[in-house]
Amino acid sequence: MNEPQDKSRRGFIGTAAVGTAGLGIAALAPGLHLIQVSQADTPTQGASSTVRWGMLIDTTKCASGCDACVKACNTENGIVETVKDARQGAQWIRKIELKDPKNGREHSLPMMCQHCANPPCVDVCPTGASMKRADGIVLVDRHICIGCRYCMMACPYKARSFVHQPLTEQNPEVPRGLGCVESCTFCVQRVDKGLKPACAEACPEGAMTFGDLNDPNSEIAQRLAREASTQVRADLKLNTGVRYQGI
Amino acid sequence: MQLEQNSRTEELLFYVLAAAGGLVTVVGLAAALFMEHSGHVVTGMNNQVVWGMPHVFAIFLIVAASGVLNVASIGSVFGKVMYKARAPLSGLLALVMLAAGLMVIMLDLGRADRLVVAMTHFNPSSVFGWNVILYPGFFAIVGLYLWTLMDRKMNPYYKPAGLAAFIWRLLLTTGTGSIFGFLVARQAYQSAVIAPMFIIMSFAWGLAVFMIVQKSMFAWNGMTVHPAIRQRMKNLLGTFVAAVFYFVLVYHLTNIYFAKQTAFEQFILLSGGIFPTLFWGGYVFLGTIVPLLLLYVPDLNKIRGSVFLAALLVIVGAFSLLYVFIIGGQVYPLDIFPGMQVSSSFFDGKIDSYSPSLPEILLGLGGFGLAFTATAVGVRVLKFMPQDDIAKLENCGHMLD
Repeated sequence: MNEPQDKSRRGFIGTAAVGTAGLGIAALAPGLHLIQVSQADTPTQGASSTVRWGMLIDTTKCASGCDACVKACNTENGIVETVKDARQGAQWIRKIELKDPKNGREHSLPMMCQHCANPPCVDVCPTGASMKRADGIVLVDRHICIGCRYCMMACPYKARSFVHQPLTEQNPEVPRGLGCVESCTFCVQRVDKGLKPACAEACPEGAMTFGDLNDPNSEIAQRLAREASTQVRADLKLNTGVRYQGI
Repeated sequence: MQLEQNSRTEELLFYVLAAAGGLVTVVGLAAALFMEHSGHVVTGMNNQVVWGMPHVFAIFLIVAASGVLNVASIGSVFGKVMYKARAPLSGLLALVMLAAGLMVIMLDLGRADRLVVAMTHFNPSSVFGWNVILYPGFFAIVGLYLWTLMDRKMNPYYKPAGLAAFIWRLLLTTGTGSIFGFLVARQAYQSAVIAPMFIIMSFAWGLAVFMIVQKSMFAWNGMTVHPAIRQRMKNLLGTFVAAVFYFVLVYHLTNIYFAKQTAFEQFILLSGGIFPTLFWGGYVFLGTIVPLLLLYVPDLNKIRGSVFLAALLVIVGAFSLLYVFIIGGQVYPLDIFPGMQVSSSFFDGKIDSYSPSLPEILLGLGGFGLAFTATAVGVRVLKFMPQDDIAKLENCGHMLD
């Protein structure tokens, strides 16, 4: 007998509750959202796995004593800090002088992250901060790097640096920070805009050819198909993205 | 009256010791805070020697933590009654030493504040990543094992819990050894022998720690370890020390003959200054030969405190060996261009040097402070003192086998 009445009462309470809550939210603060989806930059197209960025370095053109590539890298990436002990300073790219003790032949070449297809730094990173983008660029996610330096133990090229002291005057496009590990990014901020890495652009001899290893029409792919080149520590089978000629 | 006086003195002494341990821990924490605030620029570490003194301390503590649990495993898994009486103390030491080792390694991180990131982001291919599972697992399993040992209601389950703890501790030390064993970049590492070498090192170092703590606890209570028990444990320590030496020998021979790392081996064993000195003087002589003589030469063995001294020297040897292994392995330059002479602004081709800074050493000692304080408090409030029923042991023949 009372059932229909109960039903309508329950219905009323339900409707009233929803309505009040709705009105409350609307009245709380017009224009203010309690939960807001964070808005970063407009989403851009992600890195494509059809591309593999690489670099071919002709050491026969690379002059001993020239460090234009190093300077360009430091300027582009805001590596401007001075450190008391040079061994604690960051070097994303460095010039190495080589001499063959058997015949005295000398070479000079830039060394940086080799952007391996099988990067040991990515394998060992406990949090996944060391990662390889779909287009082959190996990066460190500044936000989840815990500064354990295991990647530095694992890199066969000594390509990584640890930020030993607080930093100022950073390039907003290249966030760096105390207590994190960093290395050459192939100037990813430039590559994503269709530009070459700063080092390749600065080289006065044009010794650094940057391009898509997967594109058979690219200059780098054509030269690699035509001319002899070497991977440093090829014995480790890391399939490096940076190749050298003349060594 | 006299008894009451003694008891009050003893209590006061305990509080002084616990406070001293706490102070060392606090100083270690302050050192970590200083490093965190200033950056690693205040340490001796750099881009070549990326792991330094905190890692020597932390790895000793972590390796010895798993090894000290062996005393319990010999009791629970292999059924030795004498060792079963020592299982609770062994479990406690394992927990506090692992906690101390992790404290040191975590506080040395460049971003120690991102501990939550380390626990919520997991890379399955990383040996460090495996350890993120192995360490908490160790705490859980050893905690459970201690429960089965110390709570009568849980007692029927101590065997399976002990077996699980034994298997887990082997996995854990394999994980610690593999941190180095799977590194291809540096000449000192990348060897399959490193993981088993770490396991046997844990046996020796853990037992040495256990024997030092046991002796101290017995002395505190005005007791001495029964000669037969002392005899058994010293023989086991000697066996483990000899086994470590065997593995160290194989590791170096592998490097020389198989991996052709002769230049590196020459550096670490002969020409590398502090490293050969620590290897031969610290590890081989003080940490291996002298303890073996103390443990096995009857005339020396009879001297009071000889086993205690041997155990202490094993720990001196452990630190020497770890310093050579971790620091020496990094100061030697990477062989990026085999057969070539190299030079650069980043010190390629150059042998680096490393001097640990005070904050690094204080942080490491802080780990020891924590382990000491936690052990002291633990044995004070709960029953961790080994209770030996000598008559029962002799009756069931366990003293002889």
